[in-house]
Amino acid sequence: MSDLRKISSNPHIRSRSTISGIMAAVVIALMPATGFGIWHFGPRALMLIAISIASTVGTEFLYGLLMKKTTVGDLSAVVTGLLLALNLPVSVPWWIPVLGGVFAILVVKMLFGGLGQNFMNPALAARCFLLISFPALMTDFSYDGISGATPLAALKAGESVNVMDMILGHTAGTIGETSMVALAVGACFLLLCGVIDLKIPGSYIVTFLLFEAIFGGHGFDPAYLAAQLSGGGLMLGAFFMATDYVTRPITSGGQYLFGIFLGLMTGIFRIFGPGAEGVSYAIILGNLLVPLMEKVTWPKAFGKGGKRHEK
Amino acid sequence: MAKLTFVGGIHPYEGKDLSKDKPILEMHPKGEMVYPVSQHIGAPAKPLVKKGDRVLVGQKIAESGGFVSAPVYSSVSGTVKAVEPRRVAVGDMVQSIVVDNDELYENVGFYPVAPVEKLTKTEILDIIREAGIVGMGGAGFPTHVKLSPKEPEKIDYVIANCSECEPYLTSDYRRMLEEPEKLIGGLKIILKLFDRAAGILAVEDNKPDCIRILKELTKNEKRIVVKSLKTKYPQGAERQLIYAVTGRQINSSMLPADVGCIVNNVDTMVAVYRAVMEGVPSMERIITVTGDCVARPRNYRVPTGTSYRQLVEEAGGFVKEPGKLICGGPMMGFALFDLDIPVTKTSTALLALSEDEVSLLAPGPCINCGRCAQVCPGRVVPSRLADAAEQSDEEAFLKYNGMECCECGCCSYICPAKRQLTQEIKSMRKLILAKKKK
Repeated sequence: MSDLRKISSNPHIRSRSTISGIMAAVVIALMPATGFGIWHFGPRALMLIAISIASTVGTEFLYGLLMKKTTVGDLSAVVTGLLLALNLPVSVPWWIPVLGGVFAILVVKMLFGGLGQNFMNPALAARCFLLISFPALMTDFSYDGISGATPLAALKAGESVNVMDMILGHTAGTIGETSMVALAVGACFLLLCGVIDLKIPGSYIVTFLLFEAIFGGHGFDPAYLAAQLSGGGLMLGAFFMATDYVTRPITSGGQYLFGIFLGLMTGIFRIFGPGAEGVSYAIILGNLLVPLMEKVTWPKAFGKGGKRHEK
Repeated sequence: MAKLTFVGGIHPYEGKDLSKDKPILEMHPKGEMVYPVSQHIGAPAKPLVKKGDRVLVGQKIAESGGFVSAPVYSSVSGTVKAVEPRRVAVGDMVQSIVVDNDELYENVGFYPVAPVEKLTKTEILDIIREAGIVGMGGAGFPTHVKLSPKEPEKIDYVIANCSECEPYLTSDYRRMLEEPEKLIGGLKIILKLFDRAAGILAVEDNKPDCIRILKELTKNEKRIVVKSLKTKYPQGAERQLIYAVTGRQINSSMLPADVGCIVNNVDTMVAVYRAVMEGVPSMERIITVTGDCVARPRNYRVPTGTSYRQLVEEAGGFVKEPGKLICGGPMMGFALFDLDIPVTKTSTALLALSEDEVSLLAPGPCINCGRCAQVCPGRVVPSRLADAAEQSDEEAFLKYNGMECCECGCCSYICPAKRQLTQEIKSMRKLILAKKKK
């Protein structure tokens, strides 16, 4: 019996993809937007990003010590911390990202069982928590000494906005949401890596634009629609947060449904709500309906009376 | 035209270059030969010999134990040493006939029953049954049973499964290059059983040379076509193959014959040819001995009963310590803990890998990424099935169509969290199937 070997069930080979690899890809994809944010809003943005990541990773690490299980290696806390910071205005005091990071990791993620078990996107849940708790701090978008209204707020107030500035990102807003170009570069990277696909962002954006065109009061005005599309964190939300694996439906039908729902909700919040934005709330609300969306779109097994599957 | 394929599947490292370019080498084993009486699905065969008997090459040493069963033949001449339980590839102990090989290879004399054109359908089926031919793709379902559907006149297609989608395996490839006429001959014999059926040779497009040769050889055959399939694992899975070739779908509770199809593997068809045309029963396999630990990876023509240990020696031994030994391919093969097991009718390969990826990667939490559902050819959601299996939640498992899993391993392969999805689902399926039998 000298040559006893390792035994396991088939298959005996594994692909190279890992959770930390996927998380690292998301971090890399967020780099253009992060870099633009730091350049646009100054070193204070960098400080907030660092605090936020330190807060999320630190919370997960300490919780891990308590539970005797280290999980920071999967890099998911880094993604949460970075996303949270990108969703904050540059003017917030330093303790806002600390509080948000602790809330995101401890309350939204770890208390529900850690990675994969949370039913809401931790970064967005933290942002909404902060928005509700500290509305004045969280909606103060002044930078460079200019008390700036976000372009969407200006648009809602009936003022005109410079669409080109919005697309490039030279506007007021949260640290990571302003530059559509930078976000699009990152989104393309994720699409090319196969980390995300267009099902959710595509159906989200198309639904949203249709809704805006019909109910926005400006018809199919390209400038208005472009402003709506590039403002208010829509790109950040559609490509980086609505696509969060854990909190979106696993079925492909459910993913289209999820995107359509987000588009409708964002439209409703923006047009009929008191504020000018609505991406965060729309996604959080969508997260809650995921089990239902999965249930109604559960796939038919091969050969079980489903119609011919075409790719 | 779009490539013939199915939805889902994966593209693992093929590893076929290791062994694909060297011709098949004849192997003459020495010493002890082991013939398990159960090398097929169905009733075990009943031994016809006892300790001390002399047997010849091609002598029936165990007879069929029922309709769904198959006889076993000796592949060497020698003396029966024992009839006792021996370890087989899956790890079980199975009653086996052990023959001491005298290396004289005296045979019983092989003669075809009659010229093929004079044989009736029943006679052809009898020859296949007597020859002990079983599905050689791995399942080992007796071929004569497969070829006796309830309504033979409703069979539209006889499909030769030449896809060989398992990574590393090249035995079917070599067979198609070296003996294509036997494959086509086997298909033609099976077509005689089904009057209105068309024959299809379905080959993955990573074997363009085979496609060319088979097309050339069948250009005057009115009933046979060669179809090129997209290279993707598991293209050779029966249900996926039928779908790719005909667009018809079957689920786990249906047989290919229910949608007018009969599917047989390359080696099975060659075995049919040899049984009918040459009178030779099923007693050899082409085995791919490969992997980064093997000194001379290539294909060998191996008499059944040969031990895997001799197979490794024949291939020059190991150049490095193998971390994992696999009987079959890396996706659906069985891990071996010992080399002292016999080659049987359903053996296809011995794969020796220096690294066991499975034990190096610890499973993590599911992040719901959905890759398992994307690659699943059965169109189920493996991560949820595995959850149900973990919680022994039979109801949820059945509701999520757990029984439609074909255990191809795509989900475990692709999972970034390295969960043992296939294993969990497989165990649950076994449990449910065992309950059903009671």
